[in-house]
Amino acid sequence: MRPVVEIRNLAKSYRRGDQVVQVLRDITMDIPAGDFVALMGPSGSGKSTLLNLIAGIDTPDSGELRVDGTDIGDLGEADLAAWRAANVGFIFQFYNLMPVLTALENVELPLLLTGLSRSERREHAEAALGMVGLGDRLEHYPSELSGGQQQRVAIARAIITDPTLLVADEPTGDLDRASAEDVLNLMDRLNDELGKTIIMVTHDPHSAERAHHVKHLEKGVLAD
Amino acid sequence: MESFKLALRNALRHRLRTGLTVLGLVVAILAFGLLQTVIDAWYAGAEGASNTRLITRNSISLVFTLPITYRDKIRRVPGVTGVSMANWFGGVYITEKNFFPQFAVDPKTYFELYPEFLVPPEQMKEFLRDRKGAIVGRKLAREYGFKVGDVVPLRGTIYPGTWSFVVRGIYDGAEKSTDTSQLFFHWDYLNESAKRTMPKRGDSTGVYVVRIASPDQAAEVAQAIDREFRNSLAETLTETEKAFQLGFVAMTEALVVAIRIVSFLVIFIILAVMANTMAMTARERTSEYATLKALGFGPGFLGRLIFGESLVIAAVGGAVGIALTFPVANAFAAKMGTLFPVFNVSPETIWMQVAAAIVVGCAAAIVPAVRAGRVRIAEGLRAIG
Amino acid sequence: MKIPLSYIVRNLWTRKLTTSLTAGGMALVVFVFATVLMLEEGLRATLVQTGLWDNAVVIRRSSGTEVQSVIDRKQAAVIASAPEVAYGADGEPMVSKEVVVLINLDKRGSTKPSNVVIRGVGPKGLALRPQVKLVEGRMFRPGSSEIVAGRAIAQRFTGAGLNETLRFGGREWTVVGLFDAGGSGFDSEIWGDADQMMQAFRRNAYSVAVVELASADRFPAFRERLEDDPRLTVEAKRETVFYAEQSELLANFIRILGLTLSVIFSFGAIIGAMITMYAAVSNRTAEIGTLRALGFPRGSILTAFLLESLFLSLLGGVIGLLLASLMRFVSVSTMNWQSFAEIAFRFSLTPQIVMQSLAFAAIMGLLGGVLPAARAARLKIVDALRAA
Repeated sequence: MRPVVEIRNLAKSYRRGDQVVQVLRDITMDIPAGDFVALMGPSGSGKSTLLNLIAGIDTPDSGELRVDGTDIGDLGEADLAAWRAANVGFIFQFYNLMPVLTALENVELPLLLTGLSRSERREHAEAALGMVGLGDRLEHYPSELSGGQQQRVAIARAIITDPTLLVADEPTGDLDRASAEDVLNLMDRLNDELGKTIIMVTHDPHSAERAHHVKHLEKGVLAD
Repeated sequence: MESFKLALRNALRHRLRTGLTVLGLVVAILAFGLLQTVIDAWYAGAEGASNTRLITRNSISLVFTLPITYRDKIRRVPGVTGVSMANWFGGVYITEKNFFPQFAVDPKTYFELYPEFLVPPEQMKEFLRDRKGAIVGRKLAREYGFKVGDVVPLRGTIYPGTWSFVVRGIYDGAEKSTDTSQLFFHWDYLNESAKRTMPKRGDSTGVYVVRIASPDQAAEVAQAIDREFRNSLAETLTETEKAFQLGFVAMTEALVVAIRIVSFLVIFIILAVMANTMAMTARERTSEYATLKALGFGPGFLGRLIFGESLVIAAVGGAVGIALTFPVANAFAAKMGTLFPVFNVSPETIWMQVAAAIVVGCAAAIVPAVRAGRVRIAEGLRAIG
Repeated sequence: MKIPLSYIVRNLWTRKLTTSLTAGGMALVVFVFATVLMLEEGLRATLVQTGLWDNAVVIRRSSGTEVQSVIDRKQAAVIASAPEVAYGADGEPMVSKEVVVLINLDKRGSTKPSNVVIRGVGPKGLALRPQVKLVEGRMFRPGSSEIVAGRAIAQRFTGAGLNETLRFGGREWTVVGLFDAGGSGFDSEIWGDADQMMQAFRRNAYSVAVVELASADRFPAFRERLEDDPRLTVEAKRETVFYAEQSELLANFIRILGLTLSVIFSFGAIIGAMITMYAAVSNRTAEIGTLRALGFPRGSILTAFLLESLFLSLLGGVIGLLLASLMRFVSVSTMNWQSFAEIAFRFSLTPQIVMQSLAFAAIMGLLGGVLPAARAARLKIVDALRAA
């Protein structure tokens, strides 16, 4: 079976003032479908940049990047946005929920980009929140939820469009031990039971343990 | 003055926001100054009035005239040192838009009573010699390009027909507040024609201008003049020139009041904008204020920071606004032509602009300063801007 | 635009102080704008109502106002004999030869005088103006020193109330009745007998002749006849047109000054909106990045922030309009520069003014919001997310 993520000779640099920083040098790797991968490395190693490229929120300078067969390095901005909406679920360190929307409305957000009717959207969102164990907190605002609960709402939002990939950037970075456990368990279930491919950037070895594979990055190249 | 240095640097942190706020203040202070100047211009006639001149008119209203036989009687009233006559002509120069005052006056005596109208002696001689001559003010000459020797045609409204006058002299004002947008011609010339075509308006004048020996005699002399003509065919009303001019302003008082109110409204508008800026800025810096408090700085210091920043912004905006008031007022006056003969930015207006800037700067800082003072350290440190 | 409206509206609700201050500034600007338009409209309405389409006012050519005009008895007779003039039930032509002067009266409770119109009317004077109705007392008796006053004058000026007396022209005149002229210019006048006025003011000529035409379309013929007649030096205008022209200078002044001020003030409000929206974008940078990551296109971010600014300004606009509508209870009385006479009028709110005011508010909101919204839309996703 074809790997869901195929990367060939990927390179990315940034301009900082009048300096050019080469963040990723020559990355070549495959991620099979259903995998749970952790990207680790010291600060500045390029792991977040690699995640951003795979998730389609940044574009590579050179090299090939295919997700589920689509060469996303080639897509224009509007197409990339539409591609993300259908194929990527995001889990951020600081949850990134809209403070003025309720849990239900936050989860429903990605569905506004589809053609579903209002009642259909509500149905799906309720189901997703039920799945993460927050079926009784639909009308709560993020400020009324704990960190762990907010992250679970974020996860519900991430899976609602049934995306090809779930990308997580330090998902447990802001959580206490117990909540972190809950979130990691949830991610495990999504990977085991629903077969979701998960790519996670993390500092935390405890989180990395849950992954099937760990890739190390150092100064823009894979260290393995 | 550490807090001042900090306040200044703080103001420069958010250059776009500070810049926009300063811009808003400039516009508001400028508009405020302009409106106050418009109100001053309204009262300009009264400001330029002399306190040794009285105006005598028909007590019914200015629409009615007084016989010229009154002149000698007025001259004999004790305290009177000079009398002249003036008739409002009300003619139209080409179109109604080109409005300026025109008076038929008794030429020798009138200019004696108005020493602030400065006419070169040779021009005055020519004017006195030419029955159809006219003397125009400098502002008028500039506005319409009148030069000595030009013919000015006027279409009469009260005195019908087309009248032509030859410019024989141009007068300058002795003060900045002197109205140099007027045109004067010979009363004799008007009377000749009036006696032929409108006999009822012949041998009459609109007002008498009366000079008195000293300002304290004003009330006494005014009453004496009016007493002289009580129960006659044309009763008079005599008042100081200032009161006479103020009478006109009083008639359009409603508009003056409205403009005054609007000028203060603009201050409220900018106060809302400034208060918003300071409130947002202070809220974003909650954790900084908490940190300062943790370090031992008290609410007084925080208050000085916020007031300082607010006043710095207000000072810059106010200063630029005041500086711009002069060129903008000049441009406005030029556009308005002779509608506002005197349009000067007065020192009182400047003081009011300064006061407005200070009030806005202080008022905008009050609520944020109080809130910052009340920040609880632990909560504040946790806050994200 | 796919971003939900609730997101936009609730963001305004969350920052209540900022929203109210920004909307408040807008409201004041819209208040000034609407009030100026209402004042101008009120002035026009007053003067337009002052007159009928099938009446004509005849004044001396070029005299501009009734007060400055003189029409002698001979000319008045010629005018009255024109065939275009209507005839009353009594077989007499519907003409009123009138004497119009201004007198100084003191306002009640102050020593500030104003010029008030005294109109000496002919026997048909009241009939020619059906909009003028006697509401208290009775009409003056011809040949007597009795007068009737418009309600606005009776209220405002000393001695002009019912049964009070005024002194002018060497006589005492008693106010025997008050009339209501439906908010038109006549409300600011005092009427008496034309011949009595002529005597009192020592005149032997009229000021104007007001006629009712047999039918409104006879006016062009009427005017031509008068202009061609070598015995006459007059001009004729329809009554409505005549009075409308009387207000032009004042109405124009109000409109130009008011609109100039509104535009200048609008800069302040637009700047206020810009500051608020820039802050909103800056505070919600992470949210913007998240929305873009989720797949919302740049266009929807732009639209969302533009709409937020628009809602803000429309909120201010509605409040400003509500405040302006309170001005309808205020009546203004000032001297009309052209006629030199006191005129009372009100603020008049029309649907057109409501639309114009809301449009003005919307434009301010859009202008204030466009740059910040563009900044929000142009953010790079990774930069925006990093700001979290």
